[in-house]
Amino acid sequence: MSASIPQPRLITTQPRKSDRVFRGIVTAGGFSSLLILGLIAIFLGFRGFEVIRTEGFRFITSSDWSISTDDAGNVLESHFGLAAMLVGTILCALTAVVIAVPISIGTSLFLNFYAPNFLKRILTTLIDLMAAFPSILFGIWGFLVLMPSAEYWAKLIHKYFGFIPLFEIKPYVVTRSPFVAGVVLAIMIIPIITSISREIYSQAPLDRIQAAYALGATKWAMIRAVVLPHGRNGVVGGAMLGLGRAMGETVAVFTVLNIVFQINWHILLGAGGNVASLIILKFGDASPYEIRALMAAGLVLFVLTLIVNALADFIVRHTSKSGR
Amino acid sequence: MSTPRPTRPWTPSLIQRLTDFLVVIVSMILAVAVVEVTPLKGKLAYLFAFFLIYIAISTVYRGMRTGSAAAKNNVVQALVAFAALVAITPIFSILFTVVSKGIKGISFGIFTRDMSLATPTDPLTSGGLLHAITGTLTLVLCALIMSVPIGILTALYLTEIRGRFTRPIRFLVQAMSGVPSIVAGLFILSAVLYPITKQYSGFMGSLALTILMIPTIARTSEEVLKLIPNDLREAGVALGGTQWRTVAMIVIPAARSGLVTAMILGIARIAGETAPLLLLTGGGDRVNPNPFSGPMGSLPYYIWKSFNAGSPEAITRAWAGLLVLLVVVFILFISARLLVNRKKA
Amino acid sequence: MTLETRGIHAWFGSNHVLSDINLAFADGSVTALIGPSGCGKSTFIRTINRMHEFIPGAAMAGEVLLDGKDVYAPGVDVTKIRLQIGMVFQKPNPFPSMTIGENVLSGLKLSQLKVENKDELLEDCLQRAGLWNEVKDRLDAHGGSLSGGQQQRLCIARALAVKPQVLLMDEPCSALDPGSTLRIEETIRHLSQTMTIIIVTHNMQQAARVSDYTAFFLADGGPGQMIEYAPTTEIFAQPKDQRTENYVTGRFG
Repeated sequence: MSASIPQPRLITTQPRKSDRVFRGIVTAGGFSSLLILGLIAIFLGFRGFEVIRTEGFRFITSSDWSISTDDAGNVLESHFGLAAMLVGTILCALTAVVIAVPISIGTSLFLNFYAPNFLKRILTTLIDLMAAFPSILFGIWGFLVLMPSAEYWAKLIHKYFGFIPLFEIKPYVVTRSPFVAGVVLAIMIIPIITSISREIYSQAPLDRIQAAYALGATKWAMIRAVVLPHGRNGVVGGAMLGLGRAMGETVAVFTVLNIVFQINWHILLGAGGNVASLIILKFGDASPYEIRALMAAGLVLFVLTLIVNALADFIVRHTSKSGR
Repeated sequence: MSTPRPTRPWTPSLIQRLTDFLVVIVSMILAVAVVEVTPLKGKLAYLFAFFLIYIAISTVYRGMRTGSAAAKNNVVQALVAFAALVAITPIFSILFTVVSKGIKGISFGIFTRDMSLATPTDPLTSGGLLHAITGTLTLVLCALIMSVPIGILTALYLTEIRGRFTRPIRFLVQAMSGVPSIVAGLFILSAVLYPITKQYSGFMGSLALTILMIPTIARTSEEVLKLIPNDLREAGVALGGTQWRTVAMIVIPAARSGLVTAMILGIARIAGETAPLLLLTGGGDRVNPNPFSGPMGSLPYYIWKSFNAGSPEAITRAWAGLLVLLVVVFILFISARLLVNRKKA
Repeated sequence: MTLETRGIHAWFGSNHVLSDINLAFADGSVTALIGPSGCGKSTFIRTINRMHEFIPGAAMAGEVLLDGKDVYAPGVDVTKIRLQIGMVFQKPNPFPSMTIGENVLSGLKLSQLKVENKDELLEDCLQRAGLWNEVKDRLDAHGGSLSGGQQQRLCIARALAVKPQVLLMDEPCSALDPGSTLRIEETIRHLSQTMTIIIVTHNMQQAARVSDYTAFFLADGGPGQMIEYAPTTEIFAQPKDQRTENYVTGRFG
């Protein structure tokens, strides 16, 4: 008769009371982020709900933003539509990303593979420093220093590419356009995307890099064959992070953009706005009802940035699995 | 037999270096010529012309000597160097502008006066930013007190307890770091200010700043705690320590400087945040030591008010405020760097 | 002689790691480099295809003559050198973002070589690497979906595609099981009909099985030196130097 293999023993430990308290406190702390995010959604939704219910789908599709009250403060008539601001948010943020991503990728490739060591250290420190600059600095600098140059470039683009509808300017107002805001936002997010890309490219597997060189590759051929495919997902994630940042930016856009309540797809035309700057603009003398509308606007922005960030996280998560 | 000298035959020889230099000079000359002849103008025109001509010449030269792969590499090399140049230029422009314009507004007096008796358009001898500095300090301190425990507890959950919710919580922290600052401001407005306190105060601003700070502190602390080798924890437990004692007496002290770095990075993140303060703090003009009542000034609010006033004196005030803010950010950044380097050494 | 090294020294920073290596490699021969770890064998072959210079602080002295011309001469295009002197690494490293077929031909893409009949070249390289029969029906499969031994043979096929005259192999079998090892040794024997092969190996039996000539390296507290070089049968049966004898009889290693 053969002996049967015994079952593994069930081992249980009862943690000491102090440890259970410890685990409880730490877990509570850990859940704080869930709590806060949930509360944000709840409160903004609660406050803004009435406005959303009244406006319905128009809240997102119309671009009227007006409210008239009588002397007693009662609301006579109100129209709240975010369409113009949403278009502006997306336009400015996309412009920023389109400008920033190639520059960031180029810079991070330069730092990792082409720059001599001392230059790499100096430039990396400078770029990390720029990531810490306050956004109000970019807004004021953008308005007072960058805008003339940006307008010059806008005029150049209009001169040579004005036949493309995107670049039309009718009526001819070329100052304070989404393009200028996009340039300022691009300068703001370049350090972030560069930092992330640099991290990712520096983790490209060394043995494959050596294999490429051993086959007679030039530096660029090696980068194309090994580094770029390996880093693709991570860099896309980084770009989306930059996009999220650009979409939620308030002060930098407010100083630079002309806020006009009209959907504007022409990035060189000086009209537009984004949701965040709308909130700042209207907050100062808003009646209580209008403030609810602003809360609703904040909710829309919150959901939008949440989606972008979730997507970015998802994409980056997939890198570490297949990029190997 | 004597040992020969070590050499590096792969570094560019003198002739190669001279040839490359020659190509640069020729490109510069051609660029100037091109700009003179065509209707392009301005400094940028010279830069672009030089850049394009340099790429063209050096690529053709490289192509003729070694083939198309090397030529492509050459183009790419020039492009990425250009990208880095574009990325770096704004930093210098910003630093230069802030220093040159801000220094005009800096005098000893502005650090001792507040704006309770002056307006932004007054000449610079009246008023100052004392209230802004004390305000920012108060706001940051309150935010720090609230966000550090939560941030570190979150990090402890992710590294020490590693329960079932680790992945969702890590994702949520990441999501929270993407919340726009104005949304955080609106949230506190709707959840605390309107229903409960019904007045602007510094504490409201600190609450919003806390929301923005927690993800930075949590993420950096998590990285730091992960670096503490597991042997330390095992040694603590093997000696009979409970988990919380091991963490409190061994792990956290070992990670001390990293946790301080996390705090510094958190402060740097929120020191310049403007939007929530515009919604919540009321932007007071006098020094207000009480964060719970009365409007509270701050550097960003001061800068904002001054900028919007529009007159030349006001704009100078704004630049001066930006200069002070930048110096603060700079100091925080350098201290964080020094801490990190000291830990490695 | 296709390949000859004269007075090769190597440094890492101020650390002198390789001293005065003079070797000549006959056409179509297989030369094994044996010796205990850390005596500079891998560093030596990396000076041959100019991979040594990637390590920060690396320096060298001496000449590597390919067809009589020094590969370190100023003005030499290093990427062309690496097309003529190929390398297979210790750990198989196919490019995961490419299929099996693309992996084999990747060398052509990387150095922009033009070839009329890619499919012929593909089949030829895979045949010579001993992998054709196993992958001919799944050339579109992912590069990483093969076993360790198959991956290494894929890397060999990849190195062959650019038609090198010399193939350097840095302990190619040390990460593989004995079955794959024997298959690769078979491949080496076939390949030596058309090219010169230099193989670094820790495994003396492998050296005895596979090579025509063997060089014994040793670092005696100082930089690595080449102690003895002889036809393989001689070096194992009648080593001239006492240190060689100690090593091949297993007294140390």
